[in-house]
Amino acid sequence: MVDLPKITLADKNAVLEALSGHPAVKAILGWNPAALTDARFDRGELTLTIVPAEIRAACLAVQAAGYNFFEDMTAVDWFPQSPRFQLSYHILSHAFKERIRLRVLLDEPDPSIDTITTVWPSANYYEREVFDLFGVRFEGHPNLRRILLPDDWQGHPLRKDYPVEGYR
Amino acid sequence: MPDTIGTPVLEAPPAQGSEGQHMVLNMGPQHPATHGVLRLVLEIDGETVVRLYPEIGYLHTGIEKTCEAKFYHQVVPLTDRIDYLGPMANNLCYCLAVEKLLELEIPPKAQWMRVMLAELTRLNSHLIWLGTHAMDIGALTVFLYTFREREEILRLFEAVAGQRMMTSYIRIGGLALEPPVGFFDRVQAFIRTFPEKIDEYSNLLTGNPIFINRLKGVGHLSAAQVVALGVTGPVARASGIDFDVRRDMPYSSYEKFQFKVPTSTDGDVWARYLLRIAEMRESVKIIQQALDGMPEGRITANAPKIILPDREKMKTQMEALIHHFKIVTEGFAVPAGEVYQSIETGHGLTGYYVVSDGTAKPYRVHMRYPGFASLQALETMCKGRLLADVVAVIGSIDIVLGEIDR
Repeated sequence: MVDLPKITLADKNAVLEALSGHPAVKAILGWNPAALTDARFDRGELTLTIVPAEIRAACLAVQAAGYNFFEDMTAVDWFPQSPRFQLSYHILSHAFKERIRLRVLLDEPDPSIDTITTVWPSANYYEREVFDLFGVRFEGHPNLRRILLPDDWQGHPLRKDYPVEGYR
Repeated sequence: MPDTIGTPVLEAPPAQGSEGQHMVLNMGPQHPATHGVLRLVLEIDGETVVRLYPEIGYLHTGIEKTCEAKFYHQVVPLTDRIDYLGPMANNLCYCLAVEKLLELEIPPKAQWMRVMLAELTRLNSHLIWLGTHAMDIGALTVFLYTFREREEILRLFEAVAGQRMMTSYIRIGGLALEPPVGFFDRVQAFIRTFPEKIDEYSNLLTGNPIFINRLKGVGHLSAAQVVALGVTGPVARASGIDFDVRRDMPYSSYEKFQFKVPTSTDGDVWARYLLRIAEMRESVKIIQQALDGMPEGRITANAPKIILPDREKMKTQMEALIHHFKIVTEGFAVPAGEVYQSIETGHGLTGYYVVSDGTAKPYRVHMRYPGFASLQALETMCKGRLLADVVAVIGSIDIVLGEIDR
């Protein structure tokens, strides 16, 4: 198991210093330190912000470091802030019994990012869900179609500028 | 709307097979063996499944969007309706996530109660799985037996929460109410006889040659496939993935309970059946420990600005009245941040991702439910098998469409 401090570290350098022995931090720094734009440790959870173009390689790096299980992926819409979309990937390690969060920030007008279905095929449905409800495109996805809503639905309901009651 | 990749599943022409053209078969959304509104589009060559495509979304109600318009405490009743066979587990996962954001300390009695109710929920969920799974295979009797015990669990839920299915009993900061007088005796009475009931189900099924033939060697998944396809819970453990968050990333005092996590390496539908039966026996042990060691004390955290005050105090104390008014009319602010909390429900690894922007309403709530990922594995499990095996495999992954479509 990984030993984790009980404090909040909001600063990237502070996180890298305090968690220098953490397997995920080591993996990312050993792979490409320039791709890591921010790091945060809060409430026992490590969040690493990755450059959007490098997400697939970052997943491969943490996968090789022992974070073997893709648990969850979703988006947050920070409208009207810029960059608007945040993607959160939750990756679990069965061996370390620990979870990390990889975070990517995307901006309009055409939010798109590489698919990670080549790393974890289980990301397939999750990426389709984010495409369906947020309108984020995943390049190279094998079957990027709406999953929960009908194919002819207009708009992406989980965007913040989409009214809760829908358009009538 | 951006362009989509891939073609709608019914538009692709079926391929040419050994005995003429493949046939496209639509299973559901009303097929009795598909559990709710699952629709499967199957391409079959004779009776062999060539391609299988789950079409979901029939129960999509936009709960994640609704959450963003509610106060934190108003989201609890919404969570009941997601996995409607495991309401207490849903409540628990959401409340743990918000409590992590609030950094609340939960008193031991509430934690023990939560463990006990979460395990009763697991029994409830497994009983329905067992009854419907056996019924799909053609063993109709077991259904009546399991629903007899499920009824008793629902009565326990009703006693403690006032509701049989949509309990909303576990609240942010603790529990809704003190358990009623005699509640623990009723749980004890149920637990005392339940292992015999498991033997009864086992007698009906475990030695039944028809049941064995329909289940053994069907729907095989290897450990590598489980990890690749994101499958969790009993299905993953039946394929040799020895991981259970109750033991490995404990929450709500699970680290203080002794229990075994059954595993198997066979990876077929039969192994999943045996594993869930073994899990029920372990749940009984956990409930017994919770009853034996039930601590005294409060059932809510000491946080008057977050937890509704007692009715009695509201009538006599000005402070309590103010807190009640404030919580009901304007909620409570939750510090900004993002948390992910996972628990082990009857179906597998459930997770809640809650993002707060510092206001009284959640900025984003996302639920990860195991059925959503398990459906991705359905094609792998059914490919090259007979059509009749599809029914056995669907039963073995124990899906509830409410949790998949949300």
